Amino acid sequence: MAELPDAATCYELLARMALIRRFEEEAGRQYQRAKAGGFLHLAIGEEATIVGTTSVMREEDFLIGTYRTHGHAIARGTEPKRVMAELFGRVDGTSGGRGGSMHIFDAEKRFMGGYGIVGGNLPIAAGLGLASQYKGEDAVTVCMFGDGASNTGNFGETMNLAALWKLPVLFLVENNLYGMGTAVERHSAQTDLSKKAEGYGIPGTRVDGMDVLAVREWVAEGIRQAREESRPTLLEAFTYRYRGHSAADPEVYREREEVEEWQQKDPIETFAQRCVEAAVLGEREVQQVRDKANEEVEAAVEFAENSPEPPLDTMYENLYARTDPGGWYAVDERSPEPHRGEDEAEMPAAARELAEAGAAYAEQPTGDRPNPATHGDAQEGTEPRVSSEDGT
Amino acid sequence: MAELRMREALRDAMAEEMRADESVFVIGEDVAVFQGAFKVTEGLLDEFGERRVRDTPISENTIVGIGVGAAMNGLRPIVELMTVNFSLLPLDQIVNHAAAIPYMFNGQAKVPMVIRMPGGGGHQLGPTHSHSFEALFLQVPGLLVACPSTPADGKALLKAAIRDPNPVIFIEHESLYGARGEVPDGDGEPLRFGEAAVRREGTDVTIIGVLKMAQVAERAAAQLANEHSVEAEVIDPRTLRPLDLDTILASVRKTNRAVIVEEGWPHGGVGANIATLITEQAFDYLDAPVQRVTGADVHMPYSKRLEQAAIPHEEHVVRAALATLAGAK
Repeated sequence: MAELPDAATCYELLARMALIRRFEEEAGRQYQRAKAGGFLHLAIGEEATIVGTTSVMREEDFLIGTYRTHGHAIARGTEPKRVMAELFGRVDGTSGGRGGSMHIFDAEKRFMGGYGIVGGNLPIAAGLGLASQYKGEDAVTVCMFGDGASNTGNFGETMNLAALWKLPVLFLVENNLYGMGTAVERHSAQTDLSKKAEGYGIPGTRVDGMDVLAVREWVAEGIRQAREESRPTLLEAFTYRYRGHSAADPEVYREREEVEEWQQKDPIETFAQRCVEAAVLGEREVQQVRDKANEEVEAAVEFAENSPEPPLDTMYENLYARTDPGGWYAVDERSPEPHRGEDEAEMPAAARELAEAGAAYAEQPTGDRPNPATHGDAQEGTEPRVSSEDGT
Repeated sequence: MAELRMREALRDAMAEEMRADESVFVIGEDVAVFQGAFKVTEGLLDEFGERRVRDTPISENTIVGIGVGAAMNGLRPIVELMTVNFSLLPLDQIVNHAAAIPYMFNGQAKVPMVIRMPGGGGHQLGPTHSHSFEALFLQVPGLLVACPSTPADGKALLKAAIRDPNPVIFIEHESLYGARGEVPDGDGEPLRFGEAAVRREGTDVTIIGVLKMAQVAERAAAQLANEHSVEAEVIDPRTLRPLDLDTILASVRKTNRAVIVEEGWPHGGVGANIATLITEQAFDYLDAPVQRVTGADVHMPYSKRLEQAAIPHEEHVVRAALATLAGAK
């Protein structure tokens, strides 16, 4: 077992994990209130893997993840209120309400997204690493993805290229035992995922993803190899999500007992207990951590509630990067006016009218929370599950 | 002015931009040691070395994805896909990532990259190696789409594409690589996207030809003048997104007739798109239905006879133009 670091570090690790836990619980609640839309994938239970990783990254390092990354952004230092505002689809969200839960991004914190396509972030991670290497910078890219992504073609292609070009990337598979509702042993012929890149010359290690210190230790080593030896490695963190794949998951594929068994190994409880037993932190500090997380998340909800809806005439903003000076790009052929010219960032009148007519539907009452399962993606589950631990 | 082949003009564009900007580099299958499947990257490895001219494994989705990541981290990758046909494999990286990232992250990341790919039929390569996918990429918001038909445009548009802060789909035609044309000497100026070229002025009918079909349209126009006393105006849009609709509409308002020529499939094609725009925005000026000349609605057959039957030729364009003039002359 890894040794406890100094008190300040322990406090910070605990605080960050507790903040993510609280944030995710609240995000689930806000989803039930229909304040957050779309799909909501919560990382409750996976906090040690997330925080253990980011705690040993440098500011200049890149982190790139999947569609379950509210916590990853927060761990990198993104303000929870901006993540919450994104879930609410508001202007102060990390992507101004264009991305939503699956597409969180914070360039300033070098959190490079938030991607909705399983495995889609793997080649991008290699590209981030290639550019760092090309420019002679020693930033490392940490690429996190789920066990399901290890079956995509991108996994094999990217491992091969990363090894071939000796890219400074740490690949970290967050193995939470299920690709949506399909258990690892039912979706992967090789269930020791750390071995899946061996044939490409990328060594792998398994680590207890519920132990923040173990994750820290192995991620630090992977980052060191990437930074000092320009060697990509694969780390498999065994972890578990307590909630369903998304908020609309009936969880028919696992037993309640299994969830409870994992909750006994809760990354936050066990770490707090260890810190207290070793007298590195006191009970008061542990309570303080929880109180602060509560306060910050409550403030995040208030901030998100008060953040404005995106104005309709910003709909086309950032679809294209504008050339300097004044390049122009056709915007929307729904407009009957021929349109071209430097003023094209302005929404044409007809397109604006169409947008307004469409946006009016957002105001109509929808009754109960619209269930994604009955709105085009039946595979995502049937009923939104109100989980016992969020008390709603 | 120098007379260059299309492949030389494209190579010069890349070499000039690579000399001027250290962040520009080329990756793709067989672009370095092999010098490019169509020899477009010939000489680049010698001049710029392996760091900037990189052979890749056959992993199209990852090649494009690496370009996306590198572009997000400050570089300007030129990704060569060996052919348009292979662009179906990285469609996820092109549509869900390159095109979407600037918008879905609200401008926090840019993806300044060029994805070059040659396509088109005529070499008896059969169903999987003869595609024309201009329409496919034209549909995607966030992408720019270029389809040059002359060496001068090829060079000037590729330079513009490399300098542009957006992801650009740069479609070349395999049978135009050897075509010669005058190209301005030295580090020529880039061409602005969204500016069509009027290849031939005329008053009787507007013919819009895309990629190689711009040349077919010009030859058809000559035939129309010589054999039918019809003066056709020929427009090469040069870029499809953005589209220079103003030039097209101005011409149609003058000639009152339009024919669109493309090599791709008819349903949901480039011609369908432009015909709709003309109908919506210049209906009152039209004296005849807009005509489309497209590739046949089949997978490209191998047989030379069948293949040629499936590709638009001058004869088809002449007939379509005359159809718009039926009863008028």
